[in-house]
Amino acid sequence: MEKNAILQNESNMKYKRPSQYKEIFRRFRKSKGAMIGLITFTLVLVILLCAEFIVPYESAISQNFDQLLAKPSKEHLFGTDNFGRDVFARILYGGKTSLSIALLATITSCIFGSIIGALAGYFGGKVDQLIMRSLDIFMSVPDILFTMAVVLALGANFINLIIALTLAYFTNYVRLVRSQVLNLSEQDYVEAAKAGGSGNIRIILSHILPNAMGVIIVNLTLNIAKIIIYQSTLSFLGLGMPPPKPEWGLMLSEAREYMRTAPHLLFFPAGAIVLCATSINLIGDGLRDALDPHLKS
Amino acid sequence: MEMVNEKSNELILEIKDLKVIYKTDLETVEAINDIELKIYKGKTLGLVGETGAGKTTTALSILRLLPSNTGRILKGQINFNGHNLLDYDESMMQAVRGNLISMVFQDPMTSLNPVFPVGEQIAEAIRLHNTEIDEEEVQRRVDDTLSLVGILPSRKVEYPHQFSGGMKQRVVIAMALCLEPQLLIADEPTTALDVTIQAQVLAMISDLRNRLGTSMLMITHDLGIVAQTCDDVAVMYAGEIIESGTVRDIFLGEQHHPYTVGLFNSIPDLKSKAKRLKPIPGLMPDPTNLPKGCKFAERCEHKMPICIEQRPNVTTFGTHIIRCHLFG
Amino acid sequence: MYRYVIKRLLFLIPTIFGVTFIIYAIMSITPGDPGRAILGVNAPQADVDAYNKMLGYDLPFIQKYFNYMKNMIVHRDFGVSYFTKQSVFNEVLPRFMLTIRLALIGVGLATLMGVPLGIDAAVNQYSLRDTIPSLMAFFIAAIPGFVLGMVLLYIFALKLNLLPSYGIGSVQHYIMPALAISIPPAAQNMRFTKSSMLEAIRQDYVRTARAKGAPERTVIWKHALRNALLPVVTQIGMSLGLLIAGTVVVEKLFSIPGIGSLIVDRIAFKDEPVIIAGTILISVAFTVVMLFVDIAYAYIDPRIKAKYTRK
Repeated sequence: MEKNAILQNESNMKYKRPSQYKEIFRRFRKSKGAMIGLITFTLVLVILLCAEFIVPYESAISQNFDQLLAKPSKEHLFGTDNFGRDVFARILYGGKTSLSIALLATITSCIFGSIIGALAGYFGGKVDQLIMRSLDIFMSVPDILFTMAVVLALGANFINLIIALTLAYFTNYVRLVRSQVLNLSEQDYVEAAKAGGSGNIRIILSHILPNAMGVIIVNLTLNIAKIIIYQSTLSFLGLGMPPPKPEWGLMLSEAREYMRTAPHLLFFPAGAIVLCATSINLIGDGLRDALDPHLKS
Repeated sequence: MEMVNEKSNELILEIKDLKVIYKTDLETVEAINDIELKIYKGKTLGLVGETGAGKTTTALSILRLLPSNTGRILKGQINFNGHNLLDYDESMMQAVRGNLISMVFQDPMTSLNPVFPVGEQIAEAIRLHNTEIDEEEVQRRVDDTLSLVGILPSRKVEYPHQFSGGMKQRVVIAMALCLEPQLLIADEPTTALDVTIQAQVLAMISDLRNRLGTSMLMITHDLGIVAQTCDDVAVMYAGEIIESGTVRDIFLGEQHHPYTVGLFNSIPDLKSKAKRLKPIPGLMPDPTNLPKGCKFAERCEHKMPICIEQRPNVTTFGTHIIRCHLFG
Repeated sequence: MYRYVIKRLLFLIPTIFGVTFIIYAIMSITPGDPGRAILGVNAPQADVDAYNKMLGYDLPFIQKYFNYMKNMIVHRDFGVSYFTKQSVFNEVLPRFMLTIRLALIGVGLATLMGVPLGIDAAVNQYSLRDTIPSLMAFFIAAIPGFVLGMVLLYIFALKLNLLPSYGIGSVQHYIMPALAISIPPAAQNMRFTKSSMLEAIRQDYVRTARAKGAPERTVIWKHALRNALLPVVTQIGMSLGLLIAGTVVVEKLFSIPGIGSLIVDRIAFKDEPVIIAGTILISVAFTVVMLFVDIAYAYIDPRIKAKYTRK
């Protein structure tokens, strides 16, 4: 009799556990900026993915000597460059390359850096010291030089650029994850898990990572924008995908000589970079506010 | 110490009909709903209640330190020595704060600014309200105040992190009393301290209070502290004063608000043979959505139909006031 | 305190060793050699080999590494450039000083612009003084440094013809590079200062200050600011360190003969002595800057000071 009453009581209490992720997504949706960013970036992605259906690849690389440095027109939406190549097509295909490199490099640098950071934070002591000291030495080599050297050593192609960018950006995550792990390791529920007999790896995977995940994802998102910018800087310096493959940074480098008479060569690639970076930053900021509403006063 | 005739006591602070809300874009929190409080000169009023009852809000309202973007005093009077503080503008309030009315907050670990030496922080309070006195005099007063709370004056150049929790709280108290205010508001001053330190700090506060003749508003959730330090008591629940009176009325009186009864019953008693604690079932009502009748009705074992419909009026038994339909 | 400083300075030694090693290692696995680069694509292989031998390039990299370190430590000789045959020291030092000057100007401007705006934005949160600079800072964060430089060039050099577009020599020559280099970190400083300030204003000791009767002005500018600036100082120092390495793009864009562009140019020629000397200077500068930042922080935050001074 009593047992039934208790069970009845419990179902009356309507104990609902709202999914954490739903709650976060709801907060994200409330932020206008974040939604604008999300929509813009999704649009960009869709357009880039459908590049082949919009303009053929040849337009990006075929040279038309009778149409050099043409202003934007119906035929050439963004005009042509100093080789007569269609700028719109180059932006689309350059975007495909830039964004795929950036997205992949972000993921690999995150995984690589997070693992190292987690190891350093979790095991502490000599392991931690060794890793952090090596990191310090590694970081005192200026990253442009380092990336340059790597690209020159391995040659400039898709995979190598990703390797180079991973090496340049993984340190971000090492510090971040390490401090998360250090913080969380000291929390009581980890102690409780250890006392309950959970093995080290299990603790890392099921207790620490989920909580660190939020911060990692926010940083990851913001880093995508940073890598897009860094990668355009590299291609500006001549270290990106070799010509004639279009790339935004490369286009800007080529535009330098013709800026006075053909400013569209400057503004379209620049605008593309800024548009992508801004929309990603909006998403990243939105995520950050959604994950920790206390940060807004 | 008992006064022969309470009526001859002067009021140093009287709160009437105070209503305070916190308003954000999402919701409105009704923090204080029509309260009355009386603090007599030279006496200590204990304000008791659970977390969230509105005690700290009351204290902040007196000094008008509510968060400016959300806190609003909708109506009421806060009469200090006969003058309504709610009529004062900001610069007049600044003259009052720290000088005529001081406040000590709950957490000593974070109440002091970590980048200034403690002596300097006390000196600042002195200088703020005494623009003419020279530096030597300021330092002398700093030394005196520190000695008063049992800290070596030579330690005035040290930084807060160099002091323990109990000593930090003493510094905070020193800062609050250095200008000999007429009223000291202490918001759970010992909650964050160990029990042994708690006793020391309380004793010190009482001693200083007697020496300087300061009136005090002691906010606490601990009935033991009330018994030790207070002359009068007010019990607060969901933004209302549901019972008040002298300390005798509350501790030894015959009749009480059911909530007060519950509070006393929740205290573990070493001598009792009971096997389980007897907490009050349920939780305080959601301050964004308060019931229209008696706020305690949901949790009350004496609940009657009228309790849900109508907010109870106060019933007065001399100095003992109870707001409950059982007595109305 | 001194012990701490000495310990940090000593860490420079393994840093220098490590950096040099890394560079030699990278150079050894990178294709190309000075002989080929200098003599040209069509030169006979024999000539190229002889040239490389003359330069000492063909030795195994460990040996080159040891020789270099020995020369540097014992004889304080940084060697001779494979490319110009000039003393590396004479070539590298003036360019290094120029970069340092540019970086210092950059950080100085970034601080002067960013920090006050950040404080202002925090104190007047949600007003225009907050939303406008915050929006601007947000967009600036999305613009790569070289794009900013190119836009500046376009507006001021090409269209308005107000400023020279390359080189150094007069104050006008420094304006655009200084802006290009200082605007992105200024935007970052502004956001960071604002959030640090907001954080400080939320603290309990600010409430205590108000309860003492301090006017709001004092509460903000004395109590909150002092605490808010602590992490900002670290941030500024770090950006200086990064800036020293990051001037490459601006140097290239405005044709400024700094150390960054020197190293980048010489990589193709595998001019190891120059590359290494340059990189060592940059790394040392970076480490020294970080050390200064930590020391400064220890001075202004009494909690940290206590850690390093023993009673």
